[in-house]
Amino acid sequence: MNDFAQALQIATGLVGQFDAELRDIVILSLAVSLSASCLAFVLGSPLGTALAVYRLPGKAALIVAANALLGLPPVVVGLVVYLLLSRSGPFGFLGLLFTPTAMALAQTILCIPIVVALVHRMTADLWATYGDGLLVDGASRVRAIATLMNIGRERLMVAFLAAFGRAIAEVGAIIIVGGNIRGYTRTMTTSIALETSKGELSFALALGIILVTLSMAVSALSHLFSRALNR
Amino acid sequence: MSQWLLSRRVLSVLLLFLCAPAFAQDKTIVVASTTSTQDSGLFGYLLPIVQDKIGVEVKVLAQGTGQALDTARRGDADVVFVHAKSAEEKFLAEGFGVKRYPVMYNDFVIVGPRDDPAGIRGGGVATALQAIKTRQAPFISRGDRSGTHIAELALWKDAGIDIARDRGDWYKEIGQGMGAALNTASAIGAYVLSDRGTWLSFKNRGDLAILVEGDKRLFNQYGVMLVNPAKHPSVKTEAGQRFIDWLVSPEGQNEIAGYKIEGKQLFYPNADDPNA
Repeated sequence: MNDFAQALQIATGLVGQFDAELRDIVILSLAVSLSASCLAFVLGSPLGTALAVYRLPGKAALIVAANALLGLPPVVVGLVVYLLLSRSGPFGFLGLLFTPTAMALAQTILCIPIVVALVHRMTADLWATYGDGLLVDGASRVRAIATLMNIGRERLMVAFLAAFGRAIAEVGAIIIVGGNIRGYTRTMTTSIALETSKGELSFALALGIILVTLSMAVSALSHLFSRALNR
Repeated sequence: MSQWLLSRRVLSVLLLFLCAPAFAQDKTIVVASTTSTQDSGLFGYLLPIVQDKIGVEVKVLAQGTGQALDTARRGDADVVFVHAKSAEEKFLAEGFGVKRYPVMYNDFVIVGPRDDPAGIRGGGVATALQAIKTRQAPFISRGDRSGTHIAELALWKDAGIDIARDRGDWYKEIGQGMGAALNTASAIGAYVLSDRGTWLSFKNRGDLAILVEGDKRLFNQYGVMLVNPAKHPSVKTEAGQRFIDWLVSPEGQNEIAGYKIEGKQLFYPNADDPNA
């Protein structure tokens, strides 16, 4: 238990002193994971809703694929993005490897299937309830997608949070494409991995405590935000 | 609709923020290096000095020698700073490096549980490894083609042991960095080969202690090379070479010698030794 007490003490100490390096690491973690989950949400939620609304050939296959990719291993995504962005890869000329942009890109790929699968699941129910009514009212299917997303916005928030949760928690993809460079691509999770490898177990756990607290704060803020939307 | 506009604006600001660092300046270089130079704290100490003296910002990838050389082969680093002379010479022969400069050395140590079940304390490396094998005492191998792993394999061979054939359950390849190997050894009471720098700065020692040291086979030389711009035009030749020149200059060598943990010097500069 000593380890845990010590970790808690270090965590409060770090937060209390407002440690500058920790602050930058926290900002980078949030910036990368929020960009990734926002981008995945913007791309994935209309797609998920469209899968509920349209009858397309191959639709079932897309839904199965999105659900299967919920378990996409971060380390595989990291490796693929690494090979694409490497100077020897097809997009090497962009010079993006080992940058925060590369990290956000990898996490976006991880998050998109989550958003598509969850949003499809949620809006399919709504479509069953409201679909006929919307079409009778003369709405086009494009219009119907917008209306459904509006009706289900509170549920969509859950999809966004699931995507954010995936992004902020993962380490496998960003440590490969970001390189864990101090002061540049080092995030909360890659710091925890590094401190563990240095044998600074209590310090690593302290960072873990701060990370979990942060995710809780983001979740709480999102709920407040979605409640405000419904006023 | 205003919420949509708002969230889009937030998003674009976030994306801008993320894209900005992608336009890296020519004074920023990527150095592919080993876990030992980072975990020992050397880079944390040295890089602010480098930035201050020659105006080069160094981004360090701590990867282990094999992976660091591969990263450089792909053109994803400007400089490599590693510790396995045979692998470095191969890299040069393939034309990926311009020139190899010896920088500094320290040494490896064999670390193990204080009660020393294989009885290796104070002896030579070869007898120690033979005893570990005979007793089938747990031994942690990095197993990651790092400089330390390459050195470990060479030491088994020197001791007359064909580890690929003679290994058993007692020989555990973990495929991770030095710190992780020490953590594992500490958790299960195993023997492990470590560079002295990482050991000195390692905090989770538990019951581990240095058992074998000072054998001249445990010598650990570090070298630095600029990645060949003829192979990868993206290499920042000017800033990379400036970093290398500083490391091997009397000033850089002095700073390396000045890095200490608890009063103990971790690395010994030897850029003036042409055979290193």
